Amino acid sequence: MKYLDAIVVGGGLAGLRAAIALNQRNVKVGVISKVHPLRSHSIEAQGGINASLGNHIRGGHDDWKKHTFDTVKGSDYLADQKTAAKLTQSAVECIVEMEHWGCPFSRTEDGKIAQRPFGGAGFPRTCYASDKIGHVLLHTLFEQIVRFEHGAEREQMQVFDEWFVTSVVIDDGCCHGVIVMNVVTGELEEFKSDAVVFATGGAGRIYGKTTNALINSGRSMSMPFWAGVPLKDMEFIQFHPTSLYGTNILMTEGCRGEGGFLLNNKEERFLAFYDDSKKAMEIAPRDIISRNIQKEIHAGKGFEDAYVHLDLRHLGEKKIMERLPGIRSLCLNFASVDPIYELVPIQPGQHYTMGGIDTNINAETRVMGLFAAGECACVSVHGANRLGGNSLLETLVYGKIAGESAADYILAGGPPKKDEGIMKDALKRDEDKINEFLRSSGKEKHSEIKMDLNNIMDDKVGIFREKRSLEKALEGVRELKDRFKNIKILNRERRLNQELINIMELEGNLDIAEVIVMGALAREESRGSQSRTDFPKRDDENWLKHTLAYYTPDGIKIEYTSVDVSMYEPKERKY
Amino acid sequence: MDKRTFRIFRYDSSKSESPGFQSFEVPAEKGMTVLEGLIYIQDNLDGSLAFRSSCRAGVCGSCAMHINGKYCLACETQIYELKSKTVTIRPMAHLKVIKDLFVDLKPFWEKYKLIKPYLMAGEPGPERESIQTADDRLKLEGLIDCILCGACYASCPVGETHSEYLGPAALLKVNRFVQDTRDNAEEERLNGVSGFNGVFRCHTIFNCQEVCPKELDPTGSIADLKRKIMGKKFGLSKIYK
Repeated sequence: MKYLDAIVVGGGLAGLRAAIALNQRNVKVGVISKVHPLRSHSIEAQGGINASLGNHIRGGHDDWKKHTFDTVKGSDYLADQKTAAKLTQSAVECIVEMEHWGCPFSRTEDGKIAQRPFGGAGFPRTCYASDKIGHVLLHTLFEQIVRFEHGAEREQMQVFDEWFVTSVVIDDGCCHGVIVMNVVTGELEEFKSDAVVFATGGAGRIYGKTTNALINSGRSMSMPFWAGVPLKDMEFIQFHPTSLYGTNILMTEGCRGEGGFLLNNKEERFLAFYDDSKKAMEIAPRDIISRNIQKEIHAGKGFEDAYVHLDLRHLGEKKIMERLPGIRSLCLNFASVDPIYELVPIQPGQHYTMGGIDTNINAETRVMGLFAAGECACVSVHGANRLGGNSLLETLVYGKIAGESAADYILAGGPPKKDEGIMKDALKRDEDKINEFLRSSGKEKHSEIKMDLNNIMDDKVGIFREKRSLEKALEGVRELKDRFKNIKILNRERRLNQELINIMELEGNLDIAEVIVMGALAREESRGSQSRTDFPKRDDENWLKHTLAYYTPDGIKIEYTSVDVSMYEPKERKY
Repeated sequence: MDKRTFRIFRYDSSKSESPGFQSFEVPAEKGMTVLEGLIYIQDNLDGSLAFRSSCRAGVCGSCAMHINGKYCLACETQIYELKSKTVTIRPMAHLKVIKDLFVDLKPFWEKYKLIKPYLMAGEPGPERESIQTADDRLKLEGLIDCILCGACYASCPVGETHSEYLGPAALLKVNRFVQDTRDNAEEERLNGVSGFNGVFRCHTIFNCQEVCPKELDPTGSIADLKRKIMGKKFGLSKIYK
């Protein structure tokens, strides 16, 4: 058994920032990550991170209030407004802190942090580092972890990389730690702590056409869910307009921010033909553009019934090499096109989970001692649709808030003392579960169940949704859960068994998928990223509320809770 | 359907069996990467195959391995661009094999940590961002993009004979901070790499530059550091910048 004051599950941006905050408060913290922190999905972020620095020529009058309004409007008024304000108020401080820690942002003529325009933003406020913001932010945070890892001046900070959390231990409304598997040995161990921060990222790999890394499964969200913590607003899934056709690798919104065009098969900038994008054109928010691309493809004006073109040729070689070199590499490596001279095939792809573990403005869940931050959490700052550049901001701001809240909790005494029996019991439960998988004589291949799940989600729970296909999707997911009971396993050893881990991840994917479909089916309106063709209008009277999904032994229970609209009155969302 | 033979190094360090190669038949098509082939094998043919992967987009550094004669990232290596119908895969060299293509990267990370890979500005920053001109920022191009995949470390022959040599990735990282105008620890950093296991172990072989998936130049950075160190030592800093 290992004893730590605080545990952070997940080594991406939110997790590392939470760990740093805890370490600064002199709390002994362990970061547990199933991959080395530098391999986290955070590294794939490209475009930039929002803050109202006002460094752009056209951004001089920017401030946090304008940023808050843009965020709330972008969320189609489902964001909890005071939490959105908390996010934006801390933005400048967080970015400046990263810069002081060495983050190599791109610079303006006068040496300040450079900012670019992004969707749904009234002012250019997306701070960038060419098109590799995730890389520079994650490396900078990890460097700070290395700096304090050996705990000379403060309590120790340890990183347990390639350890896979199998469950979170909650007893009597209180969190006591996690059970973890050492990926190499396959052995389970109890990690007892006063507080646990979940920063495990999104669940994109429930879908097939996703920008997400292979590691982004629904399992991490499912662990608190199975332990009684509700998931909020799971039906709100962001589809990024421009993912590379074929691999669905992300092509940053920055491509459009720098002036790129979207063209149909007649080389027309088709966004002009749609009311909701004819003014903002390529800089309209993501949900609007994704819908319009999908409509264009449905109308037969795409290519191979699947994609449209992104045109960057007019940007010129110099600008592309300076501001978008990363996406040029991706186009060359994965689509065999050079964006300097050729059109890039793109289609919308699943990108971000607005929903997640239900938390309040202080990153607390309803369980004492359990906190959550980043994409895996839903505060909610993004509501029904997230603005580009706000997710990275959330990881830093809410990573810090989660660390601070956890530190406050620990220093105030933490949880009531429990004997180690509850940890040992939890370990035994997980041990039994694993042994059951390893003994399985089933016939169902996990890769086939996953592919079937991906197809259901891509086809029926995508950008456009409708009652009958959602009902079919729900039926389909439940059938897959049945098939999962008969899972086949080839590798029955404990040591470095990645097949076993894939099976455990799939188990989480299936439950999270069910929550997403149930939420989408129940919500009879269109708002932000949820587009119901059978309920095409936003319905504030009946649906200005958050969805809460609870796991019970008798099935998933859906409830609702109110939205904080104290700062801006919900209005029609037009750009 | 078209096929390829994947000939993969297999070894479990916890077992007594000798290392060897095992072949698998993998269905192949245009656009398929080596990583997708490995995933196919693990999903359908042999669940015990072990390898690292995450982003599948060539940016996280998880999947560096030796494929058909050279080090590259499996996720961005197109099967159809390899000149052979057999895809031969070996793990990275100079690191203990835990299982198959899954190697123990601890020594690699230890060396990275040893060189103090964090900004040492020496004084608290200003209230807003510190100013760095666009020209000064340009000095960091080619230095900040390292994804720490280990390909350079595995390809460097010096790693065969000097296990304590810091290696190309760590030394490139030192240069990243030496070149950053916001860093104020140049002397400490140069002292840290002018010893027995530092820059002077480099024989300018260029393997690292050849294999780097991000087209970086550790050899060049090491040469820059050597020049700075020698310049300081002989009071020739004006010539050897």
